[in-house]
Amino acid sequence: MTDVSTQPDPVATSDDDVAGSGGLVGALRSMEVDTRLIGMLGALAIIWISFHIWSGGTFLTPRNLWNLSVQTSAVAIMATGMVLIIVSRNIDLSVGSMLAVVGMAMALLQAEILPDIIGFDHPMTWIIALVLGIALGAALGAFQGAIIAYIGVPSFIVTLGGLLVWRGVAWWMASGRTIAPMDSSFQLLGGGSRGTIGGFLSWVVAVVASVGFVVLLINGRRTRQRYGFAMRPLWADATIGVIGVGVVLGAVGYLNRYFLPPLLARQRAEQEGLVWPEGGLDIPLGLANPVLIAIVVALIMTFISTRISFGRYVFAIGGNPEAAELGGIKTRLTTVKTFALMGALVGVAAAVQIARLNAAVSGLGQLTELYVIAAAVIGGTSLAGGIGTIPGAVLGALVMQSLQSGMVLVGIDAPLQDIAVGVVLVVAVAIDTFYRRGST
Amino acid sequence: MAVDRTGTPLVELRDIRVAFGGVHAVDGVTIDLYPGEVVALVGGNGAGKTTLIKTLSGAHKCDSGQIYINGEPVSITTPRDAKQYAIETIYQTLALAENIDATANMFLGRELKTSFRTLDDSAMESAAREVMGRLNPKFLNFKVPVNSLSGGQRQSVAIARAVHFNARILIMDEPTAALGPAETAQVTELIKQLKAEGIGIFLISHDIHDVFDLADRISVMLQGKLVGTVNKNDVTKDDVLGMIIIGKLPGEVSSTELEALHE
Ligand SMILES: Nc1ncnc2c1ncn2[C@@H]1O[C@H](COP(=O)(O)OP(=O)(O)OP(=O)(O)O)[C@@H](O)[C@H]1O
Ligand SMILES: [Mg+2]
Repeated sequence: MTDVSTQPDPVATSDDDVAGSGGLVGALRSMEVDTRLIGMLGALAIIWISFHIWSGGTFLTPRNLWNLSVQTSAVAIMATGMVLIIVSRNIDLSVGSMLAVVGMAMALLQAEILPDIIGFDHPMTWIIALVLGIALGAALGAFQGAIIAYIGVPSFIVTLGGLLVWRGVAWWMASGRTIAPMDSSFQLLGGGSRGTIGGFLSWVVAVVASVGFVVLLINGRRTRQRYGFAMRPLWADATIGVIGVGVVLGAVGYLNRYFLPPLLARQRAEQEGLVWPEGGLDIPLGLANPVLIAIVVALIMTFISTRISFGRYVFAIGGNPEAAELGGIKTRLTTVKTFALMGALVGVAAAVQIARLNAAVSGLGQLTELYVIAAAVIGGTSLAGGIGTIPGAVLGALVMQSLQSGMVLVGIDAPLQDIAVGVVLVVAVAIDTFYRRGST
Repeated sequence: MAVDRTGTPLVELRDIRVAFGGVHAVDGVTIDLYPGEVVALVGGNGAGKTTLIKTLSGAHKCDSGQIYINGEPVSITTPRDAKQYAIETIYQTLALAENIDATANMFLGRELKTSFRTLDDSAMESAAREVMGRLNPKFLNFKVPVNSLSGGQRQSVAIARAVHFNARILIMDEPTAALGPAETAQVTELIKQLKAEGIGIFLISHDIHDVFDLADRISVMLQGKLVGTVNKNDVTKDDVLGMIIIGKLPGEVSSTELEALHE
C-alpha cells in the first residue's frame, strides 16, 4: 500500500487538470475553493462593515466581535447537526423545545438532584450533568428518528409534534420555575469573564490549528502523489495555506485584544500574585469556552460528514434514497443515528446556553429551531437534500448572529429586526438558487 | 464453447411470484443459470423482467417461490444478502446517488477504509480508475458529482460498480441502453470475458441482435409468465420475436400469425 519506490506514471487526466482560464475565477478554480463559501464570506464582510459604519465604529471592535463569537456558538453547534438532517431529506423542528427539556434536565440535576447525592459543589457535578444531558438529547433524537425511520411518519410531522411535546415537558419538569444558579464549574461552559482560556492558551490553540491545517494540506498532496493522481498546482496549495494560517492567527490576535475590564483585571492580578502597575494591566480574555466547544464540534462534524462512511451514507441517502438502499446501506439505522447526533448536539448547545444564562427556564430556546435551520440553509444546505457543508452552516450561523447583534447595536426595534432577518433568509436562498441554476 | 449444464445450476429461481396490488408482475416463473452462461431475459415492456431479477438482487421480496444458489435454498431479502452470495446487479434505473462522485458511487455501502476506519478515497479512486480502464478508457470524470455526467457515462459507472466486486452472478438490466456504439462494443467484449471467467450472467435486453450475439439461452416473458426458455442455437430471431409478441413457442406459431409478425 505504502510502496513509494514504484513510480506511478502520472495520469494525464483532463478532469483534474484545472489550470487555465486565468484571472481571479481561474485562480479560485485552481485552488478548488468552494465559490459559494467565498460568496458568504463576502456577504459577511459587507454586513460587518456596514454595521461598523452605522454604529459609529463599535461593531468591529475586539469586544463586540468577542461577544459575537460567544453568541454565535449555540446556534452554530446545532446548525452543524441540522446540515446532516437536511442533507438526508429530513428536517428537525424540535431542536428549540428539545433544548429546553435537556437544559432543564441538566439544571435540575446540578441544582437539585446531584447536591443531595454527591454533595453541593462537588467537582464531578458539571461533568455528570453535561454527559447525562448530552445522552438525554441523543436519546430524544433517536426516539424521534426511530418513529421517522421505522414507522415512516414524515420528519416534518414527527418533529412538529416534538416541538409542542418537548416544550410542554420542559414546563412540566419544574412547573414553570426558573432553576438557578448553575454549578460554579458548569458555568465556565458558557463563557463569561472566567469561562475563557486566556491570551496565551489562545495563541497555543491558534498555532496548533495552523500547524494542523498545513499538515493536512501536505498530507493531501502526498497521498495524491503516491497514487499518481493530478494535484493542485503547488502555488494554489501554498496560497490556501498562507490564507488559512493568516485567518486563524489574525482572528485570535484580534480577539486577544479584548481585555478584562480594570476591576476584574485587578482581581485577577491579585489572585495570580502579579504586581499591579500604575497604568493598569491588559489581560486578554482569550477565546471563550463556548467558542472553543463550537470549533471542536465543527471539526468533529466535518470529519464525520466527509471522512467516515456514516457521513457518506447520509449524503447518498439525500441524493437517492433508493440507490442507497440498493447499495446495501442500512438507511433506517442511518436516519436514527442522524437524529441521535442532532439530539446530542442539542445537548451540547443546551449546556452552553444554561451555563451562559446561569439559569434554566422552560421558555429556553424558543424559536431557536428556526435560527438553526436558517443558519444551515443560508450556509448552502439544500432543502431538496444531498447538498450541504459544515463550514457553510457555521458561517451561516455567524451571518445570522451578526445581523441580529448588529441591529441591536444600532438600536433597531425588535419587530423590525425580525422583518430584516426574515427578508435576508429569503434573499439569501434566492441568490443561492440562481447561483445553482447557473452552475449546473 | 458449449456451456456444461450437467451439474447443479449456479442459480435457480423456482416458481417465483410477485404481485403489486392486483397486478401479477411475476406469475410463477422458473429459470436457471449455469456458471459461464449468459441467459438473456426478454419480453415486452411491463413483462415483469425487472421485477423478477429484483427478487434475486434483494431489492424486492417475492410473495412465493424459492431461490437456490448452487443447489442450496437461500433467503435473499435485502441487497446486502445478495451481495453476500456475490450477486451484483446493474439496475435499469442505474441506482446512482446523483450528488456524489463516480468513485463514491462505485463503493457505496462497501467503502475502502484506512487503518483508522476513515474513508480511503485515494485507494477507492485508484481502484475505480483501474476498473474503468477495462470498461471505458475514455472515462475520466471520477471526482465530479454523477449528475454532471452524461447518460452513457452514468451507465459506465453502474457497470464498473457491478464488475469491480468479483461477482459470481451478474444481473444486467439493459446495461447498454444509453451507450454509444464504441462503448457498447466494449461492454459486449466485457460480457464475453466475464463469461469465460465462469461468471453466470442474466442479461435483460430489448436488442435482439445483442441477445443472439451474447446469450446461450433465451428466456421469454409475457405478462408476468414465462413463455419458455430456448437454446439460442435451436431458434431463429423470428422464433424469439414470436415468443415475445404472441407468447407461443416456435412450433406452435401458425403461418398466419408469423405473417402478421412481419407486417
Ligand atoms: N413498484 C411497483 N409498484 C407497482 N407496480 C409495479 C412496480 N414495479 C413494477 N410494477 C408493475 O409490474 C409489471 C412488470 O414491471 P417490470 O418493471 O418488471 O417490467 P419489465 O419487463 O422490466 O419492463 P421494461 O422492459 O419496460 O423494463 C408492470 O405492469 C409494472 O406496472
Ligand atoms: Mg425493466
